[in-house]
Amino acid sequence: MELFLEVTLKLLQGFGTTCALFILTLIFALPLGLLISFGTMSKFKPLRTVMKVIVWIVRGIPLMLQVFIVYYVPGFIGITVLIKHRFLSATIAFVLNYACYFSEIFRAGIEAVPRGQTEAGLVLGMTKGQIFTRVTLQQVFKRIIPPMGNEIITLVKDTALARVISVMDIIMEAERFAASSGIIWPLFYTAVFYLIFVGALTLLFGYLEKKQSYYKI
Amino acid sequence: MAFLKVSNITKSFGATEVLKGIDFTLEKGEVLAIIGSSGSGKTTLLRCLNYLETPDTGSITVDGNTYFDAEENKTLSESEIRKRRLHFGLVFQSFNLFPQYTVLQNLTLAAKLLRQDELKKQYKSKAISKEEYKAKKSAIPNELNGIAYALLEKVGLTEKADFYPCQLSGGQQQRAAIARALALTPDILCFDEPTSALDPELTGEVLNVIRGLKSSDSTMIVVTHEMEFAANVADKIIFMANGVIEEFGTPDEVFDSPKSPLLQSFLGKNSFAG
Ligand SMILES: Nc1ncnc2c1ncn2[C@@H]1O[C@H](COP(=O)(O)OP(=O)(O)OP(=O)(O)O)[C@@H](O)[C@H]1O
Ligand SMILES: [Mg+2]
Repeated sequence: MELFLEVTLKLLQGFGTTCALFILTLIFALPLGLLISFGTMSKFKPLRTVMKVIVWIVRGIPLMLQVFIVYYVPGFIGITVLIKHRFLSATIAFVLNYACYFSEIFRAGIEAVPRGQTEAGLVLGMTKGQIFTRVTLQQVFKRIIPPMGNEIITLVKDTALARVISVMDIIMEAERFAASSGIIWPLFYTAVFYLIFVGALTLLFGYLEKKQSYYKI
Repeated sequence: MAFLKVSNITKSFGATEVLKGIDFTLEKGEVLAIIGSSGSGKTTLLRCLNYLETPDTGSITVDGNTYFDAEENKTLSESEIRKRRLHFGLVFQSFNLFPQYTVLQNLTLAAKLLRQDELKKQYKSKAISKEEYKAKKSAIPNELNGIAYALLEKVGLTEKADFYPCQLSGGQQQRAAIARALALTPDILCFDEPTSALDPELTGEVLNVIRGLKSSDSTMIVVTHEMEFAANVADKIIFMANGVIEEFGTPDEVFDSPKSPLLQSFLGKNSFAG
């Protein structure tokens, strides 16, 4: 029993790191993803091309490799701050990676809003900014709840990749029990933490979806 | 001097010349019906009037003020275009109501934003005090709701003010869209086939509303395939074909003694009984 408590506390500590990585990634990757989606939809072709290439590269390389790249590569050109900060490195890699995935979800959501909505706003004398914030955005939000929910749940589990540069996440804590005292069950116990977290997120997305169901698009 | 004067409007999309020099005038309080076969450029003309397309050449003058001039237009700021386009309103074939807002909110949203902007400008230029600004700002919703309810009564939708578009029939949605366009008091209200997306049994209620709007100070341009409506409601008829005005006249002239062979065959196909 004592051991169970000790394991639970240690795992909670690791889970804190996992959650921090998750939340920071969301906070930065969501707005960045929206900006990238504007870039990939830009009328200015050079910008559009550059953004599309970036999205292609970031989505085309394994996230694990990107974590390594952010951690090690800046050191080659004399930027040593990242090699000293594992968690920061992991966060940057995750933000970039997820922003690109989110950007594609945003793009699909924005492009799905009929052109007539914007035109109706224009002939009513609204500015493009007003049309985006007052008309388009809420419809985009409603459309992207399911794919966003999917992606965000994937993020919960992807955080486990951060331990390739020894970020002390929940699984790494569990592995330390296996390494130091040969007990292996904490590793499987971590699943409970993930399941509870993902369960809560599933409820949250279900709630958001329901809240937006008062109108049809 | 005519209330609306449209001169030499041309518009090409790439190599296709869609409007090949459109000229017409309209007096205040008149209803103009535009008829013509598919692809003749009717929608494009309305979109030019509403600044959704920029004509390649030509000018548009309302009440003596030139609101569009192909020469000058390239230098206009977005806010200037916004101000000018408010002289025209547009009712779309597919309604284009904002689905997340109630009928009432659809009617008041744009007007609210406009008034708030104006008020903010007055406040920033120190024309009004902070107290005045706050008082006026908080009075906006009530004022606008009053206007909106009056318009909803006009189109017979008072009971549906708090409904969402998805809870309305097509005819009700289109009537709400008409009220929304009227809320900004355009000088000239344009309709692009307002009943084409509706089931036949619902066209009557929308056409009746448009008929009811006819008055000495509401000028309207209606693109329509409803020949009977055009004949009975319009003061002037334009028949468009291949990007030009093929025939222009009163309903009697256009329907009873069509000169152009294209119009004759168009009317024949549309089996119009008169
Ligand atoms: N944005 C655009 N790009 C290219 N071609 C266009 C565009 N908009 C319209 N056209 C072309 O212009 C022509 C006229 O179109 P328009 O929609 O004005 O016709 P219409 O008279 O309204 O027809 P309908 O009765 O079918 O609504 C068509 O041949 C159409 O393909
Ligand atoms: Mg059309």
